[in-house]
Amino acid sequence: MRIPCPNCGERDRREFYYQGDAVALNRPAPDAGPQAWDDYIHNRDNPAGETRDIWFHEAGCGAWLVVERNTVTHAVHGATLAGLVKR
Amino acid sequence: MRLQKPEATVTFTFDGRRIKGVAGEPVSAALLANGIKLVARSFKYHRPRGVMSAGSEEQNALVTVGRGAQTEPNLRATTLEVAEGLEVFSQNAWPSLRYDMMAVNDFVSPFLAAGFYYKTFMWPRSFWEKLYEPIIRRAAGLGGLSGETNPDDYEKAFAFCDVLVIGAGPAGLMAALTAGRAGADVILADEDTAMGGRLLREREDMDGKPAAEWVAAALAELGAMKNVRLMTRTTVTGAYDQGTYGALERVAGPRQTGKPLECFWRIVAKRAILCAGALERPIAFPNNDRPGIMMASAVRAYVNRWGVAPGKAVTIFGNNDDAHRTARDLVAAGIKVAALIDSRDDAKVSGDYPIYTGGQVTATKGRHGLESITITHSGGTRTIRTDCLAMSGGWNPTVHLTCHMNGRPTWREDIASFVPTPDSIPGLVVAGACNGAFSTAACLAEGAAVAADVAQGLGLNAAVTLPAADDGAYAITPLWAVPGKGRKWIDFQNDVHVKDIKLAAQENFRSVEHMKRYTTQGMAPDQGKSSNVVALAVLADATGRGIPETGTTTFRPPYVPVSIASMGAGSQGKGFAPERFTTSHKATVDRGAPMIEAGLWYRPSYFPVQGETHWRQSCDREVGYVRNTVGICDVSTLGKIDIQGPDAATLLDFVYTNMFSTLPVGRVRYGLMLREDGHVLDDGTTARLGAQHFVMTTTTAAAGLVMRHLEFVLQVLRPDLDAKVISVTEQWAQFAVAGPQARTLLNTVLDQELTDKDWPFMACGPVGVSGVQGRLFRISFSGEHAYEVAVPSRYGESLFRLLVAQAEVMGGGPYGMEALNVLRIEKGFITHAEIHGRTTAFDIGFERMVSAKKDCIGKAAASRPGLLGAGRQQLVGLRAKGADHVLTAGAHLFEKAAQEVRTNSQGYVTSVCYSPTLDTYLALAFLENGRARHGEVIKLRDHLRNITEEVEVCDPVFFDPTGGRARG
Repeated sequence: MRIPCPNCGERDRREFYYQGDAVALNRPAPDAGPQAWDDYIHNRDNPAGETRDIWFHEAGCGAWLVVERNTVTHAVHGATLAGLVKR
Repeated sequence: MRLQKPEATVTFTFDGRRIKGVAGEPVSAALLANGIKLVARSFKYHRPRGVMSAGSEEQNALVTVGRGAQTEPNLRATTLEVAEGLEVFSQNAWPSLRYDMMAVNDFVSPFLAAGFYYKTFMWPRSFWEKLYEPIIRRAAGLGGLSGETNPDDYEKAFAFCDVLVIGAGPAGLMAALTAGRAGADVILADEDTAMGGRLLREREDMDGKPAAEWVAAALAELGAMKNVRLMTRTTVTGAYDQGTYGALERVAGPRQTGKPLECFWRIVAKRAILCAGALERPIAFPNNDRPGIMMASAVRAYVNRWGVAPGKAVTIFGNNDDAHRTARDLVAAGIKVAALIDSRDDAKVSGDYPIYTGGQVTATKGRHGLESITITHSGGTRTIRTDCLAMSGGWNPTVHLTCHMNGRPTWREDIASFVPTPDSIPGLVVAGACNGAFSTAACLAEGAAVAADVAQGLGLNAAVTLPAADDGAYAITPLWAVPGKGRKWIDFQNDVHVKDIKLAAQENFRSVEHMKRYTTQGMAPDQGKSSNVVALAVLADATGRGIPETGTTTFRPPYVPVSIASMGAGSQGKGFAPERFTTSHKATVDRGAPMIEAGLWYRPSYFPVQGETHWRQSCDREVGYVRNTVGICDVSTLGKIDIQGPDAATLLDFVYTNMFSTLPVGRVRYGLMLREDGHVLDDGTTARLGAQHFVMTTTTAAAGLVMRHLEFVLQVLRPDLDAKVISVTEQWAQFAVAGPQARTLLNTVLDQELTDKDWPFMACGPVGVSGVQGRLFRISFSGEHAYEVAVPSRYGESLFRLLVAQAEVMGGGPYGMEALNVLRIEKGFITHAEIHGRTTAFDIGFERMVSAKKDCIGKAAASRPGLLGAGRQQLVGLRAKGADHVLTAGAHLFEKAAQEVRTNSQGYVTSVCYSPTLDTYLALAFLENGRARHGEVIKLRDHLRNITEEVEVCDPVFFDPTGGRARG
């Protein structure tokens, strides 16, 4: 599996650290309540198909990326710098 | 027998017998040339077996090479290259290949039919592991491992290309030529020792010349292209995501020092062209497994390519036109053709040898080698003397790679074979015999056309020019199994015959996947390359379904066996694991300090001095240095992260539970970091060197984790913050100088006088260290008056030597990890033994460090129900009854009178030490409602080491609870 890092180009997945679903981008407000925090920290879907998750180019440029891929076909559609997605 | 005397020979051994062969030819060719027919015993019944094929699909001729630790079992004699001094051994036979005691299995075979394990060894249950399995393992099997560490070298490698061409037969060569000429970056991989595929094995003309000449010219042209890489002896073993292919390269020749035995490649190709050809399949007829019965194409290969006659009087049995080439080639080579038997009534054949159409082989004779066959045909029954039977049940395209990503092949009735389903592997196209195009001309045309198309897809222009070649038709009338009595072998390697498959169907294992598992069909090292289609045809017949409805089993990588050693190359033992050494490493090792691993770092356990015989003596002495005079310890391995920017303080407020924006410049503060789920991530001190400049320290183990965490916060959660983080762990060498004499010692090496007024507890700032610009932090992990002094790494070794020399003059010295651990336990300071991922700030008694004035990572989750309160196991100290009452980490805690069972456990011990300061064993532990239980006597029980001790629960700070010594 290779991930197209916006800084480094297409790189082997062994250079990356996998974090999990891109829900991590949407941190709730401190007073959002237990349900919102449980959903943010723990509750995850296990989709067969398109996913958006975040990876860290740890053995590369150090960028956190949002990677769009398909868990059925294993196709990797693209990667964006997490900071840009957020803005 | 050799058709011509070879120019040069080498000598190798087979079961100790010296044999002459031609260097580089397969061992099977040399054995046949020397008239050796019996080369192996079968897996289950120990039946005598001979060479069957001339390639990696070989089912019978598995051998062991080498001795001792270098023993390598289950190599195929058909791909193993002859070399001077090579030692080859037969397998699965005792005492000898010829007189194998276990052949008794063959006579009791009616009791050993498919599924016999499941039926026979059911009861009693306990007998399976102790009795049945060891007996079966000894009786049935292939080669054995030496049990020793493999001393051979293996490698892993990576390659990238535009076009990967798999297989260098006519289609592959033509594809590589076309893509290469168009300018594509091409890798051509072939598992044989020479490229050319069947053009090297068949007698054919191309452009009016022998095909081998065309192959030589094509290879010369490809070899001259800078954009083409030719890889012989390289089997592409698997197709994976995104155009990634695994390939196993066997390095040529005998074992050579410094050269790997095998190399496992990971090839990334924009496009791939599969030209893997086809494999001939056997026909199931009674006793079709005698040595001397071979595939027809293999007979031609031995005759045409290696000049070896597999027999003196050869018979041929086939159901297709292709089989007839065999007779033609044998006659051309001057070998007697005893008979040609074609199962088709309408076969149109002519030749100067006996021909039987509509005929079938119904019996064979010869225990250790074929002697005769009996045939029935339209004219009756007759017995023919023959020492070699060439059989051909037709051809199976090598579809395997196209099925590695869940693809299923498609049945083609006209050639009675499965062919690849298009687009089974993204980016891979198929050409030639692998695609069901069996004539040379069709292979060449398909190879060129597909490659031109691929080149065009890559934006290149390709021209197609084709040589003239044979375009014979391929007609086949399927014959899978000959009717009649006797065992008709299908999977020779796993001893599966027609009756086994029928039995599976009869017992309702009708699905092809169930049949496979019930009979073990296709489960041997060859994975049923030659036999699977025959087996499922028999199953289809037995279940009354068609072959396409029956379907195939799943083809999985690897295509040929890949040694674990090659896949794991570089990972044996320490492998390529990096080692991190501190600047004091050499000076430390020179003092005889045993080193222990801390992540990738190496740190001294203790520094022994003369007369000490036990680590505890060294450790106790070193603790004494710090408590009484001064000790030196290299703490460079702790993570150091430089944080700068206008929002640096805001970042720290967000990642630490406590406040850092209020920290004055020139001061250090202890900080606690949580994960978002409210559990402790790490702890450490952070120093403020300037208004917008901090240096954070992390624990040694968590340095990478914290760095990743900070980047996550900055890039994912708070990209609005203007701050940058970078690891400076390796840029600074840092040493703890700890003990009542610490200041006195430092004043001998610092450029300015240290005073308590300018350098109170938790002060930090720049200092001159013997003329070098360094940093000083007044922090303490021992509870003593202590400092950490940092200098750029290049001065680290000098400073360490200087500090140690000064300490020794003052009656102190260096201390290692054991002493460091004792010092921190005496003070109740936590490490990752305590903050192990399941403890919260509340558990370690730090809940007041979670600031109410601000948000921080983990704050919301830390107050969840269940993470607070008396039910939590809380950090406590445990004090043993005295110095001879040993406490152990990992022990569980129980009420004094409680039974020591799991359900009564109230906590566990995380850290222990013998404290020379307090002359007793101390422990840190987590105990239910522990903070309210100081003073209570409880029971510690270590079930593993069989230790039971009564201990007193107390505050985790055992020594100097007011902290006066660190401040003084």
